[in-house]
Formats: sequence, C-alpha cells, structure tokens
Amino acid sequence: MALLDYLLGQRKKKTANLAKDRLQILLAHERSERHAPEYLPQMRDEILAVISKYVEIDQEQLQISIDEANGFEVLELNLVLPDK
Amino acid sequence: MSRVIVVTSGKGGVGKTTTSASISAGLALKGFKVAVIDFDVGLRNLDLIMGCERRVVYDFVNVVQGEASLNQALIRDKRIKNLYILAASQTRDKDALTQEGVEKVIEDLKADGFDFIICDSPAGIEKGAQLALYFADEAIVVTNPEVSSVRDSDRILGILQAKSKRAESGDEGIVEHLVLTRYNPSRVESGEMLSVEDVVDLLNIPLLGVIPESEQVLNASNAGEPVILDTEADAAQAYTDVVDRFLGEEKAHRFLTAEKKGLFKKLFGK
Ligand SMILES: Nc1ncnc2c1ncn2[C@@H]1O[C@H](COP(=O)(O)OP(=O)(O)O)[C@@H](O)[C@H]1O
Ligand SMILES: [Mg+2]
Repeated sequence: MALLDYLLGQRKKKTANLAKDRLQILLAHERSERHAPEYLPQMRDEILAVISKYVEIDQEQLQISIDEANGFEVLELNLVLPDK
Repeated sequence: MSRVIVVTSGKGGVGKTTTSASISAGLALKGFKVAVIDFDVGLRNLDLIMGCERRVVYDFVNVVQGEASLNQALIRDKRIKNLYILAASQTRDKDALTQEGVEKVIEDLKADGFDFIICDSPAGIEKGAQLALYFADEAIVVTNPEVSSVRDSDRILGILQAKSKRAESGDEGIVEHLVLTRYNPSRVESGEMLSVEDVVDLLNIPLLGVIPESEQVLNASNAGEPVILDTEADAAQAYTDVVDRFLGEEKAHRFLTAEKKGLFKKLFGK
C-alpha cells in the first residue's frame, strides 16, 4: 500500500498552494475592511436612508466598501433591489 | 525596564499556553525575574501546564477584586528561580476582570522588579483576549500552519494595531513576533501544509521561531513541566532558540526539514 501511496502521492494536487491562494485573497479583503475610513459606517447609514425613501430594502443587503484598484480608490456599492 | 508580552492567536488550541509556559521558563532560566499570568478566566490551564495546580490558593480575579494581595496570589515555581505564576480564576464569570484592575496588577508587578510579564491570552478576539493584549509592549502571535489559524492571527494583528493601549495613545506600536508551532516539515515537503515562508508571506510579521509538532509536548503537559525543560526534545530546543532570539541573539532556524526517510521506508511505510 505504501508503494501505491508513494506513486500516487507524486501526482496529488498540492493543497498547501490552494490554502495560500485562498488566504491571500481573504486576508486582503479583511484588511481592507479593517482599514476602511471611519466615516464609512455613518455614510452607509445615510445612503441607506436616502435609498429607503424611494424603495423598500433590506438593510442587510447593502454592501459598501472602499478598495484600491489600479492606483485608484474605488467606492463600491452593492445592493439587490427587491422584486416587485 | 519591564517588558509586557502578550501571547495571543485568536484561534484556540494552537499552543499559546504551551508557548507561554516555555518562554516564561526559558527567560527565568536566563536569570530574569518573570511573572506569567493566565488571562483565561473560567478556563484555567496554565497552572496545570506549569505543574502548580495544587498550590493555587488565590487567583488573578481575587487580586483584581482586592480579596488577596499580589504576593499572596503569585505562585513561586518550584524548579526555576525567579519564575512566578498568577493563575486564572476557575469559577468567576468572564467580566470579573476590569481594565483598571489589570492595569494595577501589571503596574505592581513592574514596581516589584519583574523583568518580564507574560500574558497568556484566552482564545477569541473579544473582551478577554483584548484585555490580555491591551497593556502589551510586545506580542507573540502563535500560529499553526493551517488556514483558520492564519486568518485568526491576521485578525488579532488588526486588534493589536487598533485596540491596544499603545495604538490608542499613538505611542510606538506593539512589537510583533510570529511563532509558528505544530510545524510538520514532512507534510510541508509533500505540499500538504503551508510552509513557514508561506505563513510569513501572508502575515507579514517577523518570524521569532518555528516549533515542530512534537510528541514531547504531550508528555511535558502530562508531567506538568514546560516542554522547554525536556532538553533532548526538538520542541524544547526550538523554544530555547525562540528565547535566545527574543533576547536579541542571532540564531539560525532549525527543525524546518524532514528527517530523510530512506527509500525502503518510503516504499514500505514507517
Ligand atoms: N509543538 C507541539 N506539538 C504537539 N502538540 C502541541 C504542540 N504545541 C501545542 N500542542 C498541543 O496542542 C494543544 C493545545 O495547546 P495549548 O498550548 O493549550 O493551546 P492554547 O493555549 O492556544 O489553547 C495541547 O494539547 C498541546 O499539548
Ligand atoms: Mg491556553
């Protein structure tokens, strides 16, 4: 069996690489959330208030983040509107 | 000058208490006066690992609440001179510790001439863990080469950088050190475990040391002796290197590669 494991082991996918790739993406995301500007929560609330004037939305549905992409700071707003 | 060091990780069961016990013992063996405090209120364990569980009369919470003096509660280690343990409370609720109370204990230890005050943090990133790290000058972040441990270490780094006294007062930040434990070089070599380079790359903090996965750690905890005292064990030697590096010595990292297995062993098992 050990012989078989050994030969198969040669072709097995390297899960450590998978772990590293996933962590790289996750940590970058979580760090950007941590370093989000202090005004973000209040801005989020105010944006929510404005949107709620026009459509009924689930407060949890609004995702808002500030990221860096290609040297630009990007404000990203994500909101799924309810079906009518 | 006293140095306050928190041993922290976010995730539980990664080796904080094992590391706190060995580093405290190692520093005391070097002649420093060391106090090691168990911050895990409700889940006292450091006393067991240090082998003084039957000598706990008063604990950290008793001191904070004024029911005992610090001197009454500090347990002197029987093997090593200048090493003292402050046990966590076993019964009280988690809110029994206050920031002011913790500050008073740490200030009193400094005034008593302790060179090192080691704070063994509870798991998590909430109040208990935050209290353990709040007054720290340096942090030893204990991480296992495993996805959830790395992620939680990164989160605790965020808290060290934002919610510690040093961060809040705008002083120089807490000095961060990585100790990677339960490292299994042969699994790293077969691509099944994150390597030390991977983890350093991900967390981006200076590496203090790598402790190999070792059977001697269980034996040491069975016997109530910090594993660093088992000088033959590779984990003990790795912890000794950690202490030396912590004190500023340059030392090459060891135990990073698997013992070479012969072809016979490779083909026919262990
Ligand atoms: N280097 C190691 N090799 C093997 N087992 C270890 C090692 N370090 C810690 N352990 C084991 O891991 C478990 C958790 O360790 P502990 O120090 O109590 O973690 P924590 O304080 O972070 O919860 C214990 O059973 C301990 O014996
Ligand atoms: Mg512990």
